[in-house]
Amino acid sequence: MSKLNEHHPTKFHGVWALTKRELKKWLKEPIILLMAILQPVIWMGLFGKAMDLGKMFSNSNLGSIPGITIPSEQLQAMLAQIGPIVMNNIFGVKDYFSYMSVGMISFIVLFTTMFSGMSIVWDRRLGFLNKVLSTPVSRAAIIFSKVLNASLRAMFQATIILMLAVIFGLQVSSTFSVINILGIYAAVFLLCLGLSSVFLAVALRSTKWETQMAIVNLINLPLMFASNTFFPISQMPDWIQAIARVNPISYLTDANRQLTVLPLDASSLMVDFAFLGVFAAVFSVIGIALSWRYLTK
Amino acid sequence: MSEEVIRTEGLTKVFNKHLTAVDHVNFSVKHGEIFGFLGPNGAGKTTTINMLITILKPTEGKASVLGFDIAKQDNNVRNVIGVVPQEYTADEDLTGLENILLCADLYGIPRDVAKERAADLLKLIELTDFKDKKVQTYSGGMRRRLELACGLINRPKLLFLDEPTLGLDVQTRTATWDYIRKLKKEFGMTLFMTTHYLEEADALCDRVAIIDHGKIVVVGTPEELKHSLGGDIITLSIKDDPDVSELIRGIEHVKEVKKEDDSYRIKAEYGEVTAPFIIEALRRKGYTVTKLMLTEPTLNEVYLEYTGKSMRDTEESREAFRAQRMTMRRARA
Repeated sequence: MSKLNEHHPTKFHGVWALTKRELKKWLKEPIILLMAILQPVIWMGLFGKAMDLGKMFSNSNLGSIPGITIPSEQLQAMLAQIGPIVMNNIFGVKDYFSYMSVGMISFIVLFTTMFSGMSIVWDRRLGFLNKVLSTPVSRAAIIFSKVLNASLRAMFQATIILMLAVIFGLQVSSTFSVINILGIYAAVFLLCLGLSSVFLAVALRSTKWETQMAIVNLINLPLMFASNTFFPISQMPDWIQAIARVNPISYLTDANRQLTVLPLDASSLMVDFAFLGVFAAVFSVIGIALSWRYLTK
Repeated sequence: MSEEVIRTEGLTKVFNKHLTAVDHVNFSVKHGEIFGFLGPNGAGKTTTINMLITILKPTEGKASVLGFDIAKQDNNVRNVIGVVPQEYTADEDLTGLENILLCADLYGIPRDVAKERAADLLKLIELTDFKDKKVQTYSGGMRRRLELACGLINRPKLLFLDEPTLGLDVQTRTATWDYIRKLKKEFGMTLFMTTHYLEEADALCDRVAIIDHGKIVVVGTPEELKHSLGGDIITLSIKDDPDVSELIRGIEHVKEVKKEDDSYRIKAEYGEVTAPFIIEALRRKGYTVTKLMLTEPTLNEVYLEYTGKSMRDTEESREAFRAQRMTMRRARA
């Protein structure tokens, strides 16, 4: 009977074709790319530079304290000593900018992966998804290309953020070496894998794209603030600490800090990677299983 | 080569356990023909196509496409069919050529072969000059042709067309029909299409199945279907208006006569031959025919006869309507 089409797509072929499409689309819209980079840059500038926490320890901020008279020069000298110590004890670094600019990598990962699900909503609405489903490309390739694409985007943006942060005055610790950057990529990839699988499944199953938007908008900032991205967990009230300690964002941020601005502590880095690894494994399995069921209904 | 390209047995799809979109449908499509599924929106046309192209699993029943079971050998089916969906699925941010090459990649066609085929297809659909322009800038007709090209990249033996001219204006629609005929001739393919345009089914299809509420009501060539209604309609008026129904009824091939106010509605076989006989018979009795109109039955009459309602006033499902509106908007953009 009928002779088969002589060509068959391999799994890799399908993933690559679909990922290439997304990347092409992305590169063709330089404005979106620019905005995606500009947003964390603005945050870095406003938060990181405007909220220069180290500056709080200065003479003028103290004014005159009733009952205590310390000569001005002496106070100045004391504050100059106390400031960096307090900063170092709380943040682990001397300047707030170095602390939060590394946190911006987590910020960009969270936002990129959350919105990566949106593209499949459009693919479905515009019929592209159905067309792809009618080709011999494997279902797994469709899901994996979306996850891969989100990860590649986030990794690219993380690179830009890190470069800009260095230009704006990020101070790396003495343990930093170029190899550490590979560690950052690995950590970013793990979180992306977990998060984008979940958001892909949510996107596929929500009937309206507004639902997805609402979910994303509801949880992105709380997730961000209930982590160590902007402020150390140790200074938070207990109930936020409880959330922050299971929030994968905290572990990515800590891993990235260990690899850049903090003196590297191998054991806490191991914990970070272990948590990220388990998170990626569990959530990508859940996410991919849910998407798979939807695509083969 | 087997004669039957598609064969379904009791094909059924039930959504959410109680909404029966396709209800025990049996039909077969022969090699080399254009087979049309005609029915209003929400009749189950697209659901049937989606099962045949293996993106929906049937709830019940069986179907084979080019000899492959759609449930058990779905990947083989996908490999040998081409699909032109109802929507414009081409990626707007990519160029026409990039879109065709993307489709080729999804079938695992090597780059050099894909480029060759893409060049041929672009020439066929007359988009060579626009191949490096973003699809955003394409008109509705150009997008439809691009969809055709994407559906043909794997040299399918069977092409599925879902509402191929939805949202196109009349000229573009006719032009698209020409492309479809050309494709069929060029590639010797079998075509399965759905439409809710009666003229389209009439103009393009070798055989038509009328589907309503998920069931096939009747199958046949457009000619057979029209003929099954019992002939053409002759409407005539005569001077002074005496009742001549009995006289007309006696003429050969006249099947039914109905007097309506000042005219007669006559159902007759071979209307173009019978009409002169009627005029002659009346003239011999001294009556003068003042007005005569001959109407051949269209598929609309066929549709009316078999489904009991006119094509135009069937209710549209909201979801289908929304999807179509979007396609139409993009067609006009």
